[in-house]
Amino acid sequence: MNIRYEETQGRSLGFYALVAGLGVLILAAMGAVYYMEHNGHHVTGMSNRIVWGMPHVFALFLIVAASGALNVASIASVFGKKLYKPLSRLSGLVSLALLAGGLMILVLDLGRPDRLIVAMTEYNFKSIFAWNIILYNGFFVIVAVYLWMMFERRMNNFTSKAGLAAFSWRLILTTGTGSIFGFLVARQAYDAVIMAPMFIIMSFAFGLAFFILILMASYKWTERSLGDAVVNRLGTLLGVFVAAVMYFVAVKHLGNLYLAENAGVENFILFDGGIYTQLFWYGQIILGGLIPMGLIYHPALRGNRSTLGLASVLVLIGGVIQLYIIIVGGQAYPMEMFPGKEVLEGYGGIAAYTPSLPEIVLGVGGIAVALIAVTFLVKFLPFLPESLADKVADPHYKA
Amino acid sequence: MSKTLNRRDFIKTTTATTAGVATIASGITLTTFAANANENPVTKDKRWGMLIDTNKLTEANIDGMVSACQKEQGWGNEAHSTGDQKASWIKKLKVKDKATGKVTDLPLMCQHCEEPPCVDVCPTNASMKREDGIVLVDRHLCIGCRYCMMACPYDARSFVHEELTDQREHMPRGKGTVESCTLCVHKVDKGETPACVASVNSDAVIFGDLYDSTSNINKTLKKVQSAQIRADLNLNTGVRYSGI
Repeated sequence: MNIRYEETQGRSLGFYALVAGLGVLILAAMGAVYYMEHNGHHVTGMSNRIVWGMPHVFALFLIVAASGALNVASIASVFGKKLYKPLSRLSGLVSLALLAGGLMILVLDLGRPDRLIVAMTEYNFKSIFAWNIILYNGFFVIVAVYLWMMFERRMNNFTSKAGLAAFSWRLILTTGTGSIFGFLVARQAYDAVIMAPMFIIMSFAFGLAFFILILMASYKWTERSLGDAVVNRLGTLLGVFVAAVMYFVAVKHLGNLYLAENAGVENFILFDGGIYTQLFWYGQIILGGLIPMGLIYHPALRGNRSTLGLASVLVLIGGVIQLYIIIVGGQAYPMEMFPGKEVLEGYGGIAAYTPSLPEIVLGVGGIAVALIAVTFLVKFLPFLPESLADKVADPHYKA
Repeated sequence: MSKTLNRRDFIKTTTATTAGVATIASGITLTTFAANANENPVTKDKRWGMLIDTNKLTEANIDGMVSACQKEQGWGNEAHSTGDQKASWIKKLKVKDKATGKVTDLPLMCQHCEEPPCVDVCPTNASMKREDGIVLVDRHLCIGCRYCMMACPYDARSFVHEELTDQREHMPRGKGTVESCTLCVHKVDKGETPACVASVNSDAVIFGDLYDSTSNINKTLKKVQSAQIRADLNLNTGVRYSGI
């Protein structure tokens, strides 16, 4: 059955309310940026010990999710699964939008965002950060080309090639993001190559959770039909990804515990780190892992869209918490500077960090930018199939 | 007659201006860090270093080193920054051996690594190492991403969290950029010793060219036991310690 794509109308009160709501969040974020940049970072909770705070949590969360949101398209064009094909355009769009939101936060939290041009013109090729700048820019180009192949009927034949390129690029991109931490030899919390694959699997889960929520919301709000075949398949896949994230988290922490050098920071995160320990067990593991899996796999809740939506929201909240623990928790615990010795004064101790309101507002603003981009683009370009009812979307549909 | 600016002209002008500014700005950078070629050329034949003998240093000595650095470079009087936000180019550490209980006081600053992780991670080449081993931040290239602070194993770098006034002429500091010990490069290039070394005024802290076999530091390092902090990272630091 042929899929027909159609722009959303975008004339309803709901549409304007959504745009206005997101607009307010974005304006608030701009205000927060002005306040932080005008005064300097002393008005934030960040310091010389916690050099990356809440903005980086949101930024990396969105960047990781962005690469994952492209998976839906990749499953269609790289792995040839027909069910996912009608979702490909939206997948590419969500992916670009999330990346834009994440990068906006990252750039606006720089000490000198006005020197962005320096970051674009001066490259140190030994720096993972510099590589990431290239990877992010390249991602925009490749996914844009990929979308063009999908949109332009004459170019449709190249979709799978562009899809393969985009899929490979996204794997490298997330490897780069994970390696920002993985290559930090000085810090016991980070120095592990498993960070890169763990970030990839995190991206699968966060990106899909975003995608499911955006898909369900846009079909509900535009009153288009969305069949169970698509939704249930995506839900099951989300469950698998969440389980995979938990597996990587377990391996990372067990592996770290084995090294005496890392015992301190591991004990800190897992057992006696106060807020970080609580966030880890209650936030990341239970709220962001076990409960979503329960909601997805419990037989009584199968096919229930409300609980799938809730599960997706929880995966996202758990994701933010996970990045908070990695980024802030990993810095809060002091570096092992003198093995065999205890630092009594001058350094050490758990670094204090209380996220300030402007930092959080900036982070939320990044999410709003991503969502407003999706809201507008589905209105102006035909990203969404006019129907994803089972008889249209499910290749195995039997009437 | 006034000419309206069309898009092409605008792009041309902007590009030209940007290129111009970039050229001039990089020129300023060069002059800031350039040594006076006639007196002390910056070459690979030198490797500046410091040897700190913690057994000979008193706590008062270390406090003196910290305040000498503050006075020389003009940091430490940030009015709005609190706690860990304040600049700290050099600090006094008290460490206790877990087995013997021996307590050692030591000054800790940028260790001027031969393989500096801050230089490796810096996306814009703002973190850099001079030929003679001094690790510096180019404030014109620093975008304030703080990745170098994440990478430094010695907690040696500070981020400027506020607008600053009353700065030293030789040491421009700027809100939103990263800074650390420069080994008093402005003095070293004039043939002087760093402020902290001068403040101790004894052989407890020796500054000099590690490669020069006639230098005091080279000769002393051949004689006494010394260590590098986090030697396991293989960064080959320029700052060495004996007594820890």
